[in-house]
Amino acid sequence: MMDIAISAKHISKVFGQVRVLDDVAFELRRGEVLCLAGENGCGKSTLIKIINGVYTPEAGAEFQFGDDKVSGVTPHDARHRGIHVIWQDLALFPHLTVAENIVFDDYVASPLRPLSRKKAHDEARRIIGKIGADLDPDMLVEDLSIAKRQLVAICRVMRAEAKIIFMDEPTASLTAREVKALLDIARTLSAQGISIVFVSHRLSEVLDVCQRVTVLRNGKLVGTYPTEGMTQARLSELMTGRELTQEPRAAGKVGELLLELQGLSRTGEFEDVSLKLHRGEILGLAGLLGAGRTELAHVIFGMHAPSSGRMFKDGKPLALSSNRDAVAAGIAYVSEDRLNLGLVQNQSINMNTAATVLPELEAPRFFLSPKRIRQLTADWIARLQTKVSNAELPVSSLSGGNQQRVVLAKWLATKPDVLILDCPTVGVDVGAKQGIFTIIRDLADQGMSIILISDEAGELWYNSDRILLLRDGRLVEEARPSDIKEEELEGMINA
Amino acid sequence: MASDSTKTVSSALSPKQIGGDAIELMVMALLLAASIALFSFMAPGFLSTGNFSSMALQLPELAILSLAMFVPIISGGLNLSVTFTANIAGLTTAWLVKGALVSAGFASLPLAIAAGLAAGGLSGFMIGVIVAYVGAHPILVTLGAMIFLRGLGEFLTRGGDISGMPEAFLAIGNSAFLGIPMPMLIFLVAAGVLAYIMQFTRAGFAIHMIGSNLKATEYSGINVKKVTIILYTLSGVLAGLAGMIMLARFNSVRVGHGESYLLITILACFMAGANPFGGFGRVLPLVLGLMSLQVIASGMNLMGASQHLATAVWGAFLIAVMIVRAPFLKKT
Repeated sequence: MMDIAISAKHISKVFGQVRVLDDVAFELRRGEVLCLAGENGCGKSTLIKIINGVYTPEAGAEFQFGDDKVSGVTPHDARHRGIHVIWQDLALFPHLTVAENIVFDDYVASPLRPLSRKKAHDEARRIIGKIGADLDPDMLVEDLSIAKRQLVAICRVMRAEAKIIFMDEPTASLTAREVKALLDIARTLSAQGISIVFVSHRLSEVLDVCQRVTVLRNGKLVGTYPTEGMTQARLSELMTGRELTQEPRAAGKVGELLLELQGLSRTGEFEDVSLKLHRGEILGLAGLLGAGRTELAHVIFGMHAPSSGRMFKDGKPLALSSNRDAVAAGIAYVSEDRLNLGLVQNQSINMNTAATVLPELEAPRFFLSPKRIRQLTADWIARLQTKVSNAELPVSSLSGGNQQRVVLAKWLATKPDVLILDCPTVGVDVGAKQGIFTIIRDLADQGMSIILISDEAGELWYNSDRILLLRDGRLVEEARPSDIKEEELEGMINA
Repeated sequence: MASDSTKTVSSALSPKQIGGDAIELMVMALLLAASIALFSFMAPGFLSTGNFSSMALQLPELAILSLAMFVPIISGGLNLSVTFTANIAGLTTAWLVKGALVSAGFASLPLAIAAGLAAGGLSGFMIGVIVAYVGAHPILVTLGAMIFLRGLGEFLTRGGDISGMPEAFLAIGNSAFLGIPMPMLIFLVAAGVLAYIMQFTRAGFAIHMIGSNLKATEYSGINVKKVTIILYTLSGVLAGLAGMIMLARFNSVRVGHGESYLLITILACFMAGANPFGGFGRVLPLVLGLMSLQVIASGMNLMGASQHLATAVWGAFLIAVMIVRAPFLKKT
């Protein structure tokens, strides 16, 4: 029998009227890498918080840590037993160095005693070596990529002698290469007897590194399964409770040339990009974070000026001095950063939907009609089947998939003929992803031209008519899904 | 999925977000009613017409300055130069009336007033341009503007004052229409116009949006630089309007007049529920809140309390409002 690190049984939690967790059991073995999978709102975070003592479960819960059987946990207990959570925001201090962040607990333990810089540095070195990460202890955390920051967070819990580490969506904003590095570290830790729980909804990596996967759905335990022999399709099915079939996009009938870029460059970002986009075409733009994909989108959307090269739309030269010119020219851009750029999170769903088309909602002049705003929003909610209980609520109250529908609505309201989608399914549930792509395909069928930017091979392969590969700021390859396999595309992107 | 989405909605549902406006209004209305009730009971003569018209005469300076502060606060900024902008606007008008335009006869007053408001607007415009194009924080820019305007005004007036405005101008301060003193009418009209701008125009919409997230607003294709310039210009014009009323009421203008109102205008906005981080807040609760402040000042005055004590009570009142409001804004 395997060593048990944590076993929790009969875990339930009720918030107000809602039963968030219903008699869930959770078991983690020592040195295991486990995945906790499920759609947004399935109760994953609540379960983690209960195991860490943040929330108290309903009566009847049983916990076992190693050989200790207890009926409850406090946050202090959890720490004491070496249980740590790395939340998605990482909770690091951006203005401190890597070393200072790693030994931060020492500052807290004895705030008045000055800590030698050298000692901090050496200690950080030791920890970094232990997990086998590539980090410079003297760098400021704010100068690091998200991936490296994550490693700093891991070092910090390792410094606190973590035996069990929960990682909340650790791969959500990493490139495929960075994910690999993170997974390697997970294996290193696991070999040292440390248990790791990944909370994730990116499926391929889950199957890759985890030994078992525990699936929750609507607050109930679906089951815990070995990952050997598990397919992505099967796992999606377990998470969503329904079968998701993906059909590759039928080789479409694309129309005439609509948008053309000739030798477009922006110093330090991308170089000599030439491409043609036709009416009704979904053009996949494959590339990793940092390949220049978002930068290119920003230039086409008029946010930044190119340093050289030309753009044509309908055969006429495009000169964009701001994104307002781009919108007027029928170009819309769905940002990859929904949280900071795509939506004004605190403001209402109504206001977010209307923001792009204010002049049309103004009638008579100098009267912005609240009724027209509500009508516009209601129309788009119906057309995109967004789940909204009240459009006066802040858009942040919606799930990722529904937020993305609001972003789509606000841009579709401008009646664009070119729609640039920058990683449109980041932070969107498996089930909701499908819905987003159904919308995108319908739009293309109605004649809209779409540039789909992504680093997920499956997403591109299934939904594009043609795929261009962007690497280090240059277009290096062009392929049609009908000519290559999905796996080949995956290899090309991550090469 | 259905249960999922309802859950996310209900957990994020708070009065601030859904019924927030109604609650702010209710809190402010209750406070106004309570303070009126309290002082009609305690202060002799509080319920007299004379007292009400004197309150209506005193309130507008602070109140219009608060409107000038309100606009940038909604945009996530601040305008620390409102009081000195009011002084500069007053100076401009006073100079023109007594100097350059003295021979313009009948037209001189409207022209001088327009020039005073334009001076206020110009000050706001410059602030807006700097905030929009340099990207410096509004607190720094307007603090700089405040010190600049004060220095400029003191230099030009050599620290003295300009007084002796013509009768026709003083009428702004001491005439009444339908029994309501002119300054109060001007304030109510200004508040009404501002409420309309904030609620029913593209500019108002955009001011709320940039208050919550300037970058995302810009990505939505809204000209955020233009909006920033408009909103500070609007703030400057309102400050200029307050300057006109001060000039008319005191028949003189001196740099530094009304300086003590500055922090009170900021607090009044927060008291009325404007979000200190921008994006949310309404004009009507602000109007009611300001009226409560005036009721307290006048009531205490009638009770023979020192004016300094009244200021202390204002401070206590502002803090009390924050405490009273807190439970309403907790998550349900």
